[in-house]
Amino acid sequence: MALISEGKFVEDEWRHLADEEDLPRSGKIVVSQQRLEEALAGLGPEQGLGVRLPNTADPAAIAPYFSRLSLIAIAFPAFTDGRGFSLARLVRRAGFKGELRASGRLVADQALHARQCGFDTIEIPHDIAQRQNEAQWAKALGSYAETYQEGYGTRGSILERRRKAAL
Amino acid sequence: MALLKNPQILIASDLRDGEALFLGADGWARDHKSAAVARDSQEAAALEARGKGEIAANRVVDVYLADVGLEADGSPTPLHYREKMRIKGPSVRPDLGKQARAAQSGDAK
Amino acid sequence: MTAHDPQQAARPNTPTTTYLYDNYDTAFVRERVAEFREQVRRRLEGATTEEEFRPFRLMNGLYLQLHAYMLRVAIPYGTLTARQMRSLADIADKWDKGYGHFTTRQNLQFNWPKLVDVPDILEALAEVEMHAIQTSGNCIRNVTADHFSGVAADEYEDPRPTAEFLRQWSSLHSEFSFLPRKFKIAVSGAAQDRAAVKVHDIGLRVVAGPGGEPGYEVYVGGGLGRSPFVGKVVREFLPREDLLAYLEAILRVYNRFGRRDNKYKARIKILVHETGLDQIRAEVEAEFAAMDRTPFAHDAEEFARIAAFFAPPPYETLPAQSEALQSAKRENPAFAAFAEVNVSAHKIDGYAIVTVSLKPTGGIPGDATSAQMRVLADASEKFGFGELRVSHEQNIVLPHVKKDDLFALWRMLDAAGLATANVGLLTDIISCPGLDYCSLATARSIPIAQAISRRFKDEERQREIGRLGIKISGCINACGHHHVGAIGVLGLEKKGQESYQITLGGDPSLSASVGELLGPGVGADQVADVIEHIVDFYLSERQGEERFIDTWRRLGHARFKDVLRREGENGADI
Repeated sequence: MALISEGKFVEDEWRHLADEEDLPRSGKIVVSQQRLEEALAGLGPEQGLGVRLPNTADPAAIAPYFSRLSLIAIAFPAFTDGRGFSLARLVRRAGFKGELRASGRLVADQALHARQCGFDTIEIPHDIAQRQNEAQWAKALGSYAETYQEGYGTRGSILERRRKAAL
Repeated sequence: MALLKNPQILIASDLRDGEALFLGADGWARDHKSAAVARDSQEAAALEARGKGEIAANRVVDVYLADVGLEADGSPTPLHYREKMRIKGPSVRPDLGKQARAAQSGDAK
Repeated sequence: MTAHDPQQAARPNTPTTTYLYDNYDTAFVRERVAEFREQVRRRLEGATTEEEFRPFRLMNGLYLQLHAYMLRVAIPYGTLTARQMRSLADIADKWDKGYGHFTTRQNLQFNWPKLVDVPDILEALAEVEMHAIQTSGNCIRNVTADHFSGVAADEYEDPRPTAEFLRQWSSLHSEFSFLPRKFKIAVSGAAQDRAAVKVHDIGLRVVAGPGGEPGYEVYVGGGLGRSPFVGKVVREFLPREDLLAYLEAILRVYNRFGRRDNKYKARIKILVHETGLDQIRAEVEAEFAAMDRTPFAHDAEEFARIAAFFAPPPYETLPAQSEALQSAKRENPAFAAFAEVNVSAHKIDGYAIVTVSLKPTGGIPGDATSAQMRVLADASEKFGFGELRVSHEQNIVLPHVKKDDLFALWRMLDAAGLATANVGLLTDIISCPGLDYCSLATARSIPIAQAISRRFKDEERQREIGRLGIKISGCINACGHHHVGAIGVLGLEKKGQESYQITLGGDPSLSASVGELLGPGVGADQVADVIEHIVDFYLSERQGEERFIDTWRRLGHARFKDVLRREGENGADI
């Protein structure tokens, strides 16, 4: 997998732990939702812990663990499956402040969608990263100066601009 | 190799302009009469393999094999009405599509 | 270099009755063009595969059809200015084959663009404040509205400010661009429903609230396609200030829980049907209650800003009756027929609404040549404040024509082959492009429409038959709305041949119903015969002023089936 943050390919400090692997004593790890309780009990309080969620996860069920989680990775089984975008919004709404990661076969054309729904990073398979280089991800992220919807992303919306211009 | 129930040709759409294309011996043709005809499953598989390569090369999309009948001169004609439409153009606008081009070149002769 | 002639922008009679872009809208649409240019570039060089490119080209209205690409241009709420219509004609000449096809969703389709030219076409559209954004794809589609908006005598409120408000909100919505399936919204603001709100994913009717304030009756889960459903009321009265928040709640529930395992079960109508209306309502209301509504705090100001654009044009004070109109009708029977059939009541005295039929005898429903588009643009400037509408019946509406000018307008239209007096009558047929163009189609639909049109070409006979909607689709996706045709025709493949199923009793209005199947499919050459038998039976049975649908409802479907069976036994060719 390749990791993209703000239109740049970056080193991934996190390791996805397979369900059959033992819990490591050090390093930042991402576990499946099923192993979350086990990881919380088995890891030291300073060890970085993340969880990967299917896009059908119930945000309320995961909210109690937010304070202990530094990363939530939401699966995109297909780039055309937009459930992950709504789930990201709900996870942010429930108060998660850590790194929110979109994980799957996303394409560069979705860079802005992901960021506006609250994702910090995107991890994609190498075959896509080979075809769609850093320049394409960066360009897609800058495709629009503003968009119409309010409450998405950190930048202002067109509506907000209009209001300021009218004052 | 098993003989096909009907001979087949490989149809695709040109990525750049969307026109229906037919895979011939020397590459894509805009006229179905130049299509290479597969008579057995091995020949059909070979056409499909070439088609996959052409998809990978980003020259064509929507590639598929279509059943044809053979005219007296050996040239193929699609059997299904959908592909009959594709080799001509809209039946309600004979002035447009491949049929218009054929009519024009016919006039020139 | 674009197709648009800049001098035309300075023409007189520039309408003030539709939304005009500000700098932000202009920048947004320009950015969209640039984005698509880059997407095409990446596709051609292989950075994206066809599978990856497809959803993004569809979200810009670009399909790959049987003979070529097809570009569907958005005409939001069906409103066009003369300048925009002219630009469409220019595009048809420069990049297409000199014509366009107006669709049942108030859009325009070009049937022959090249992928490599589409960025330039989009740029030409942007010049005149147009685009192809979200005219396809699994996203919120172009919002449609009553084509008589702002002028209908039975209107409570012009629905177009609502539609424009929704157009902006839904454009490039980052959360709702990858829905389970397409999502269509229609808005109506009149007593009579001309926007078919009950067969949309969401239908909105502007209605008065308890204190007389405008709000919405919200329908959800209507739709045609393989499993047709009539929409159900999810909220009886939604205050205007909650509109976007409430729609966002519906979309979020749909995005999360709509089925993604089967394309034919992915529309919200199936979610509503399988989950139950009460449960869906509870989930939507729960999401609405849980969401942060502060981002919507300024919606009312934005709505008011948009609504101000839809002010009435500068009408003259005129008497209700026009002497000139009456005498022209007496002197010219063809014009009198046109005035009777194609002209509707306007809310302002002395004015009329003219519907220009794009269904000439034997023609292709919805097609207009670039020359005809220019005539329509000219006619709108000369006689109608430069404004045009596209109706979902695939006709063009001139919404504000002085009654005194109707005869002169008719002569201008007649000279361009645009004066067919059949609006709402039997040959005003809705038809999808079918297998003549569409790669999804299972049979042709246009030739069926043409055969029916020729069979019933006698306009006097049509007027005698009265209002009767025939709607034809070339596949189960139902773009020709056959389910809601008083007579519906569905083209299918049966044993390697084109075969046509006929349904009766469909109705797209507020009394919505889905048509019932008449019997086994018939061949292409039999459809007009069958319809003639049905129509003859209706004429022999109808009481007084009964419309076809009323007679059918009174007698019941079985009686109509019986007629066909008897005719078949008597050796009739059906």
